[in-house]
Amino acid sequence: MGVMADASHTAPAATAQRPDVWVAIPLYNEAPVIGNVIAELREQFANIVCIDDGSTDGSADVAAAAGARVIRHPHNLGQGAALQTGISYARDQAGAQYIVTFDADGQHRVVDALAMIELARDENAAIVFGSRFLDDRTEPGLAKKVVLKTAVAVTNLTTGLTLTDAHNGLRVLRVDAAHAVNLKQDRMAHASEIVVQLGKSGLPWREFPVEVLYTDYSKAKGQSLLNSINILVDLIIN
Amino acid sequence: MWFQVILIVALIGIGVYLVRSSPSPRHLAIRRLLVLVALLGGVVIVLWPGLLSWLAELVGIGRGADLLFYLAIVAALIYVVNEYKRSVQLARTNTQLAREIALTEARLTDRVSALEAQLAERAER
Repeated sequence: MGVMADASHTAPAATAQRPDVWVAIPLYNEAPVIGNVIAELREQFANIVCIDDGSTDGSADVAAAAGARVIRHPHNLGQGAALQTGISYARDQAGAQYIVTFDADGQHRVVDALAMIELARDENAAIVFGSRFLDDRTEPGLAKKVVLKTAVAVTNLTTGLTLTDAHNGLRVLRVDAAHAVNLKQDRMAHASEIVVQLGKSGLPWREFPVEVLYTDYSKAKGQSLLNSINILVDLIIN
Repeated sequence: MWFQVILIVALIGIGVYLVRSSPSPRHLAIRRLLVLVALLGGVVIVLWPGLLSWLAELVGIGRGADLLFYLAIVAALIYVVNEYKRSVQLARTNTQLAREIALTEARLTDRVSALEAQLAERAER
């Protein structure tokens, strides 16, 4: 959190509202942190859409109070489903040029998102993937590292892209890339599926080193290792 | 033993079906034919129980009851795989429906707030 507070210093709040950028956040039961996450994003982005995936802890109200546009799923469908709803909504907004996908639990840094948009604009890239393995700022545990690296290997095998990280929720999609995304994986396997679909689009892509903040909160809510079996099965069986 | 070959081929076939195929009228027709064959076979075996043992020995199994047991397991597996695929399909349809509802509501509220803003602007003039 301290690092994120730092980030807001570097760029004054009023300078850029970035009307052509939409931040899409899948939201499910993150009431303790979502308010802060949106407040920090609001300093840089005017357009934030939260897809409340049937939260039962009042997350949607917290997000709306913090200034996000909240779209509610009628019931819980899964993170992949929420992400697709957010992308579908954002890409249809008038003037939308870039869509940032961002996690609700506060593990991403706003500065990273800003730098990724800059990269997309400067190098005319349609897709920028965040990667926690491009530098050594992020320190996942050994078990997590093994699982994530395996996921990367599988994803690279099936997509033909050579990414260093899979299952990183921080991405920047230009609107044409966003139109190539049609996620059918409602649960966690969407993170590989989106890479497959973006890879097939043939649009220019980049990777950008980001730091993932493993706070006690996000660690407590983190994916269990067994869940990677679910992801694999979901990907194999269609 | 002939039946080992048949059984292994059947199990691999079910595995391939689980991973590969997507719903099509052809599959529906095959499933319906299988049901028909199973029903007719059932009637025949009820009428002439000796046939089952004869068939069992033909494929290298000692007793007709064993053959019936193996076939029942294969049938149960096919059923499970079918139901699994059906539930995945239903979940996807449900997601699309729920997403349409959520997006339609969002579009409506966006439109309403835009109109309200216009009205407020007019009232000020």
